[in-house]
Amino acid sequence: MDVVWENREAILIGFTHTILLFVIAGIGSLLLGTLLAAMRVGPIGVLRVAAVIYVSLVRNTPLLMILLLFRFGLPKVDIKFSFVDVVIPTTAGDIRLNNIFTACVLGLTVYTAAFVAEAIRSGINAVPLGQAEAARAIGLPFGGVMREVILPQAFRATVPPLASVQIALIKNTTVAGAVGVVEAFNVMRSMTNNYAGSRIEIFIAFAIIFVFLVEIYSFAAHRLERRWRIA
Amino acid sequence: MTVREESGNDALVRMAGVQKWFGDLHVLQDIDLEVARGEVVVVIGPSGSGKSTLCRTINRLETIDKGEITIDGAPLPEEGKALAAHRADVGMVFQSFNLFAHKTILENVTLGPIKVRRKSKADAEKRAQELLDRVGVGHQANKYPAQLSGGQQQRVAIARALAMDPKVMLFDEPTSALDPEMIKEVLDVMVDLAERGMTMIVVTHEMGFARTAANHVIFMADGQIVEKSDPETFFTNPQSDRAKDFLGKILKH
Repeated sequence: MDVVWENREAILIGFTHTILLFVIAGIGSLLLGTLLAAMRVGPIGVLRVAAVIYVSLVRNTPLLMILLLFRFGLPKVDIKFSFVDVVIPTTAGDIRLNNIFTACVLGLTVYTAAFVAEAIRSGINAVPLGQAEAARAIGLPFGGVMREVILPQAFRATVPPLASVQIALIKNTTVAGAVGVVEAFNVMRSMTNNYAGSRIEIFIAFAIIFVFLVEIYSFAAHRLERRWRIA
Repeated sequence: MTVREESGNDALVRMAGVQKWFGDLHVLQDIDLEVARGEVVVVIGPSGSGKSTLCRTINRLETIDKGEITIDGAPLPEEGKALAAHRADVGMVFQSFNLFAHKTILENVTLGPIKVRRKSKADAEKRAQELLDRVGVGHQANKYPAQLSGGQQQRVAIARALAMDPKVMLFDEPTSALDPEMIKEVLDVMVDLAERGMTMIVVTHEMGFARTAANHVIFMADGQIVEKSDPETFFTNPQSDRAKDFLGKILKH
């Protein structure tokens, strides 16, 4: 375990990038996914069709291909993300939020949003139709019906499947390592290359940290589920 | 059959030549109906006769295929903001209450006034509390719907509709999902409402309510209005065979 301890600063920076990818893409996918789910159940036909196409297209495409598109494909047609270039120096090293990071955040957001949309749609379907009818009957327009009555109830029913989607996102951030973000998986790969004799220890250390991160998230989701159930 | 004997100028709700199909099923057949301001109309009929559908077309929870519905002289808007504004003026009480499960009793009643009528929270809450007191559930204001009995929930639902100051109230079988001992408490509220001059269209099987509060009884069968008369005439001297048959079945026990 000496190898792991000696490289603790690099590992810390790696996981910081992992967590940043997760948090930003997590929030982004939640917003985009909710919008897609609302479009899907909404009264406007064009938006309904657009949401269906988005979900089936994105959900059926491997994540690596989507990240490659954002990382290498879009810059070819001059959609670069070089306007983002933030370096936060810390005692453990630099946290870099650059064009590569941005491309990966967007790719992860776009990808995860499709799954979020489906999870929320299942939650919306779990809300009895009478709730929407009563909301419409007091004169709320579609947006108000969704915001005030349907989505708050749908989210409650959606916490367990959404937690699964977001946990998958934590682990999917490793794919960003493959296209150049120095996140945990990327750090691990360079460590296993540099310390070939300690591969097992390095693997185990990273696995434990990932399990730990996911457990924290699961615990929070579980608490949320219980608190909302009472209301 | 056309029923239009007292088509005054004061018709608040007017349906003319309304037709609706569910696939091949002709659920509303050439419905003509006028409800004057302050009138209480009870709609009865066997299940599947289209009475609930008729009620739901008036605030366009069901669309119609032909004909026209006007409220206060204005035709029903198709969709969007105008339709929402129209619905705000038409109170609706459902068979299954449909209180917002994630909101407290008070929030259920204030949601519409705050979000649709743009009232201040304080004003909306004051009025909501008055209405909840009036229907006898004022002390439950901070509970959630699931903590109330069916009868209490339905009275809250009536308060929720009243909070919008509607021009007309629609009741779609308001007591059908209730235990017998709770029916009275809801009917009492409805009778009180009728006595205060509210225009009401009530789909119900409660013959006692029809006798007490209704100005007119409309009997529907197979998507048509078969008979329209005052309650006493309808119950003691129904004209059509269909109504005689129906009354014979429900009044036997």
